[in-house]
Amino acid sequence: METEDLFKQMAQSITDGEAEKAAELAKQSIEQGIDPLDAINKGFVNGVNYVGDQFSCGNMYLPELVMAGEAMKAAVAVLEPELARRGSERKMLGKVVLCTVEGDIHEIGKTLVGTMLSATGFQVYDMGVDVPVMKVVEKAREVGADIVALSALLTTTMVHQKDVVEALEDIGLRSKVKVMVGGAPVTQEWVKQIGADGYSEDAIGAARVAKQLLGV
Amino acid sequence: MTGKIKSITNPKLSLEILTPEEIHRLHTATLDIIETTGIRFPSKRALDIWEDHGAHIDRKTSIVKVPGQIIEDALKLAPQKYDLAARKPEQDLPLDGNHVFLGTDGCGVEVLDINTNKRRTSTWQDVADIARVADALEEIAFHWVAVSAQDLPPKTRGLHELRAIWENSTKHAQTESIYNEWEAKAAVEMAVVIAGGREALRKRPVLSIMQCTAPPLGQDGGSVDAALIGAEAGLPVGFMTMAACLTTGPATMAGNLVVGNAEVISATALIELAYPGAPVFYAAAQTASDLRTGAYTGGGPEDFLFGAAQNKLSDFYNIPLSMGSFATGAKEPNWHAGVENSLSTFMASLVMSDMLLGVGLLHGSRIWSYAQMLMDCEIFSIIQKVMQGIVVDDESLALDVIRSVGPGGNFLSQKHTLKHMRDLFIPQFMDRRPYNVWEEKHDDGRDWALEKARNILNTHQPEPLEPAVAAELKKIITSVEAR
Repeated sequence: METEDLFKQMAQSITDGEAEKAAELAKQSIEQGIDPLDAINKGFVNGVNYVGDQFSCGNMYLPELVMAGEAMKAAVAVLEPELARRGSERKMLGKVVLCTVEGDIHEIGKTLVGTMLSATGFQVYDMGVDVPVMKVVEKAREVGADIVALSALLTTTMVHQKDVVEALEDIGLRSKVKVMVGGAPVTQEWVKQIGADGYSEDAIGAARVAKQLLGV
Repeated sequence: MTGKIKSITNPKLSLEILTPEEIHRLHTATLDIIETTGIRFPSKRALDIWEDHGAHIDRKTSIVKVPGQIIEDALKLAPQKYDLAARKPEQDLPLDGNHVFLGTDGCGVEVLDINTNKRRTSTWQDVADIARVADALEEIAFHWVAVSAQDLPPKTRGLHELRAIWENSTKHAQTESIYNEWEAKAAVEMAVVIAGGREALRKRPVLSIMQCTAPPLGQDGGSVDAALIGAEAGLPVGFMTMAACLTTGPATMAGNLVVGNAEVISATALIELAYPGAPVFYAAAQTASDLRTGAYTGGGPEDFLFGAAQNKLSDFYNIPLSMGSFATGAKEPNWHAGVENSLSTFMASLVMSDMLLGVGLLHGSRIWSYAQMLMDCEIFSIIQKVMQGIVVDDESLALDVIRSVGPGGNFLSQKHTLKHMRDLFIPQFMDRRPYNVWEEKHDDGRDWALEKARNILNTHQPEPLEPAVAAELKKIITSVEAR
């Protein structure tokens, strides 16, 4: 296949949310000797941008955004070993450590935020649910996180968002890391009260806030 | 004012939202999911119970797969009718399929202050104040914890919230904010004190416990453990699914009903296996997530349909239903709130949901508004009136009166009119004044509702707890705090 055609098909596979197709096209591009960075930037990313634009003007909906994000993930997963082999690296907007706080098992909002962040171009380390304060902080140090994002659905577990902010201070990491919080009971006042940096009521807003916080 | 409770009863209206065949299909589909896909029960105690009763359990994933027969047999053990007891026996609520009772919504995190109307974080005093206003309103039959007492430590918050309700109202309390075993144990101890002993509590449960499931197809371990503690003490317990089309459930409504039903009946069956004959209820607040944000919506046509459908399911299982109606997604008491709360409550009432939750919260159950609370009560009153339907008999046909007035007269001075005029609905918060009167003041139902709430809060004195009882409640909480 002509390279230009392949790039177009790559973009289309993302727009259609076809993860398997995207992975197959990624594999094909490696076989054809195409630079994986080109495959991403000239091919797949165009699909992500298209879906994003269509979403913004109300022609596409959240499930289409999520499926495009997952197709993108599938393509990148295939390309990554080749990127490593060539010693090149995909430029990411930043590293985000993400979890639902200790004592809280509510997953969906957190996972949705993760999908939106990685579709936007962040490297996301999703630690799952019910994650103890110190585990979050250690992970942030280990990966050199730019952002720690914490979800909570209960007023009784929401306090652990504050604990993470304090623990980051205790180990001297607070100045290097932005803290985002989310979940139904979280308000702007709570963000101020615990000294976090940002919050959003929904996942798409979360990606926007993350970009603002890092100035990217 | 205290004492009387208004309910919907002996309705003339009804709604056939699902055929018996459709209900049966939903039921068998649900059993299929429970048996083949399974439900996650992350609780050691729950897994042990399931294992003892022949279910297939996986300790690593906490997923339980239960043969349909076990679920069906267990559900048959549940009582069809029982009473929710109140501090005052005349305020007991028979859950008998012939009453619809209204409660407050919960559990919000902010309050539109009753004096300043400014939004702020909720506190213990708000829980107490809301309970006091609810105590005075005949439309409100029972309490949920309306807002979170965020000025108190998380560890005992749920217990302080219950104390706030009992100190300010004689009506039944249903808590939705007890999340683990030891908290539930302390709540039971408090209820024992209120009821006057363990056996007395079993006979007259002044407390019931509502727990949320963790959709899709999961439970919260702490919540299940707490419900088991409640059931052991004879408290009515219920599980509420909030599975939402698009995110935690399929985009299609029937599929979402299956997901929610699987969560509710599996947890309910567990309670019956552990404590056969324990009073249980079905609880639901299903919705469709917003297509753009994925967020909880708190309203819309899907909610209205779910509100009616779920009572058909709980009727099929012969257990009472606690139905999430009201709870608008609107940001303030406005058009949006009026449409959603009226339609959701009408649909849930048409099928005679035993408990309706609940009045007063905005923005998808996050922000408390006293004005909304009072206007929601008016919505309930309107629906209560509508549900009575049209009576057709000799007295209501009024042929003698029609004949005596004849063509061209009026009915204002008829004795028959005097006798029946109070059957007609008199709104409190609808503006039926002349246009020029409104034009002068530009006020409306929201202002009057808020004024009425202020007035109640300033003047209503609930029947206090016996000092010894109040002291005992505090002592129980203190002992938990010290642990």
